[in-house]
Amino acid sequence: MKFAQLLAVSTLAVMAAAGAHAKTLVYCSEGSPEGFDVATTTSGTTMDASSDAMFNGLVEFAPGTTNVEPGLAESWDVSEDGLEYTFHLRSGIKFHTTDYFTPSREMNADDVIASFLRQGDPESPWASYLPGVTYEYYSAMEMPTLIKEIQKVDDLTVKFVLTRPEAPFLANLAMPFASIMSKEYMDKLEAEGNMAALNSEPVGTGPYQFIAYQPDAVIRYQSNPDYFKGVQKIDDLIFAITPDPAVRRQRLEAGECQIMPYPAPADIEALKSNDNLTVMEQPGLNVAYLAYNTTQAPFDNPEVRTALNMAMNKQAIVDAVFQGTGVVAKNPLPPTMWSYNDAVEDNAYDPEKAKQMLADAGVENLDMEVWAMPVQRPYMPNARRVAELIQSDFAQVGVNVSIVSYEWGEYLKRSTDPERKGAVILGWTGDNGDPDNFLAVLLGCAATGDGGSNRAQWCNEDFDALIQQAKVTTDQAERTRLYEEAQVIFKEQNPWATLAHSNVFMPMSKDVTGYVMNPLGRHSFEGVDIAE
Amino acid sequence: MIRFLLGKLAYLIPTFIGITIVAFGFVRLLPGDPVLLMAGERGISPERHAQLSAQLGFDRPLVVQYLDFIGGLFQGDFGTSLATRRPVLGEFLTLFPATVELSVCAIILATLIGIPLGIFAAIKRGSAFDQVSMGAALVGYSMPIFWWGLLLIILFSGILGWTPVSGRIDLLYFFRNGTGFMLIDSLMSGQKGAFTSAVSHLILPSIVLATIPMAVIARQSRSAMLEVLSEDYVRTARAKGMSAWRVVGVHALRNAMIPVITTIGLQIGVMMAGAILTETIFSWPGVGKWMIDSISRRDYPSVQGGLLLIAAVVMIVNLIVDLLYGIINPRIRHS
Repeated sequence: MKFAQLLAVSTLAVMAAAGAHAKTLVYCSEGSPEGFDVATTTSGTTMDASSDAMFNGLVEFAPGTTNVEPGLAESWDVSEDGLEYTFHLRSGIKFHTTDYFTPSREMNADDVIASFLRQGDPESPWASYLPGVTYEYYSAMEMPTLIKEIQKVDDLTVKFVLTRPEAPFLANLAMPFASIMSKEYMDKLEAEGNMAALNSEPVGTGPYQFIAYQPDAVIRYQSNPDYFKGVQKIDDLIFAITPDPAVRRQRLEAGECQIMPYPAPADIEALKSNDNLTVMEQPGLNVAYLAYNTTQAPFDNPEVRTALNMAMNKQAIVDAVFQGTGVVAKNPLPPTMWSYNDAVEDNAYDPEKAKQMLADAGVENLDMEVWAMPVQRPYMPNARRVAELIQSDFAQVGVNVSIVSYEWGEYLKRSTDPERKGAVILGWTGDNGDPDNFLAVLLGCAATGDGGSNRAQWCNEDFDALIQQAKVTTDQAERTRLYEEAQVIFKEQNPWATLAHSNVFMPMSKDVTGYVMNPLGRHSFEGVDIAE
Repeated sequence: MIRFLLGKLAYLIPTFIGITIVAFGFVRLLPGDPVLLMAGERGISPERHAQLSAQLGFDRPLVVQYLDFIGGLFQGDFGTSLATRRPVLGEFLTLFPATVELSVCAIILATLIGIPLGIFAAIKRGSAFDQVSMGAALVGYSMPIFWWGLLLIILFSGILGWTPVSGRIDLLYFFRNGTGFMLIDSLMSGQKGAFTSAVSHLILPSIVLATIPMAVIARQSRSAMLEVLSEDYVRTARAKGMSAWRVVGVHALRNAMIPVITTIGLQIGVMMAGAILTETIFSWPGVGKWMIDSISRRDYPSVQGGLLLIAAVVMIVNLIVDLLYGIINPRIRHS
């Protein structure tokens, strides 16, 4: 009896002690992940839940920046001609040991090769391991035409041979789709005929490892005891899926979670005034713009585009629509991006001069369409309102605007039509922190045409030559100079009216320490601690 | 009775075929294209678009896609979600218990409050109680669910701190391989406080989801009771000197309940619609929230499979109601 009592008391004591030391962080996330194989998705919510929590790449973005730093590769060499990237892998990296997989070896070159081949080799069984699966980022970052081959030099050395020099290649490898998976685990699933489990029972090398996912409700992780950058201070990480921003706020205030993304703009002031909370804020790596169709008269004339930009009171628009959560944009690059050209001067708001310039260009009684998208995006809280303000500004200079909108999918498609009329409001959030990801994707000649992302259909030879040259130059100082010059041409030509860069907010309990905001808009809990 | 049942079942077949067409057609009538939504601001070249559409089978004629859908149904295959790439039936079965649990609690709440409210209002016709309760029912019926849910959260969870904000149970508790019914799982787990936590999480969403059905049931009970109370046999019972409670409780109630049961049955369908909003606001992982997400992503297989499954549930519930109706009222099954 006494023994039983002693046992019970000691068990309770151990449990209490364990309870006291088990630190739990609850994140009220905004949606459900599509799965946990991040290469198959383009959704930021899925990236947060998979790559940021559980995986590493060969290289990674240093926390809070878009600078590339070593990840699973401790160093790398680039050949003189920029065609060969040799990565030297860290030794002793362990994949997660979970209920469903126990690794028998450490990470090596085979894992790296398998992680890329499954996306790039159409003959691989992994190319179609889920119904309708695609590797959209792998294709969007042009990997299929860029990577000629991947060679295993030895167990801890991998060489990527490219078909052409590509300066943003390293930044691309730091993106979620390039997360390294365990080949041993993939082989096991293939042998068991259970390949779909790669998307539901993930195995990575990252700071947290997977415990369970209750669809649409909760994702549970625990700290990875073998993490190569050090064991996390948080023992249990929980994503409590809470789609409504007002409810997320209530949960945060009630202590049901300690940190949340995407507060409703109207709630930000109240959250800031709550003594128990901290609201972190950072300029987003994004831009909202109004793209003229530069192939159609009169918008093919840069003078007309500049005049219209001068007719627009951008400060008033940003004040009214972003309500303190955004700043006026003058360049297509956001100010936090390296090579942002702060010397560029924006076209001043001057409706009188704009009117004169339009008259000089022979434009009278112009009727034009302004397209406003039907949805909120991270870079744009209310496009309709922006369009209405532009409409009223343009009326001052005698330009009659009709506002056009379509369902979001249709909007995205029709706005790429080379025959599209007028100007379209849209924006962009950076994928990898490289200026090429803005300038080439949104303004390069290759992105014009039906289905392309250059909605201005603007193809300027001088501009394009600069960004093409920057793309194959590896010297960062030289690239910076080229991009700065490109921004000057952009401003002279004005294919867009650059509208705004929005800020991103992250409310959290004052007990949370060590959280670093990610400029790419993702959410990682590596290095986070919580006061008990 | 068997003939009655067979008659009802025969009626279900054309309804079911109709529903497959509506479910299949509905999401395709909405403008929007899942491939375009997937590509986002980046855009997609016409070649890549064609390639992806072909891979997903959207390039085939609609009739072929429809027949494929129907062919799959015969093999128990409801399709595969475009977003999660999991079988639609599996997704539905994972999320359905949460919706059932919430709906059952809500319908019980609506019935337990709605029927007595309606009956008392009928007995005390024209009194202050009648006017206040029927006024409240009218307000409840017109309540915007989203606003109402948020108001209750702010009041009871935010200001008073009596109930949790959202979710199904405190995150402290975690059951593997449960039934999906949180009340049952928490009870079976034997973990201290788990069941209480599950119940406390059900309170606000049940109230919100029950609000409209409660109002409908109360009004229906009142008018049915009023009608029955004016019948000859009630007058006879009274004339024979029966107590007022016996007249109402024994003679009037049973007959008054016939239309009320139909109403309750019909409220199941209304509830599925209410669940969409209630689940979204309370982060309740049920099929309503899943449908909303799937529609906004234009996840064709999930929407058509999900709608069909929800419709099937509503049809089965209505069938059960019809049968109950037949049991209570023999005239129905013999007519």
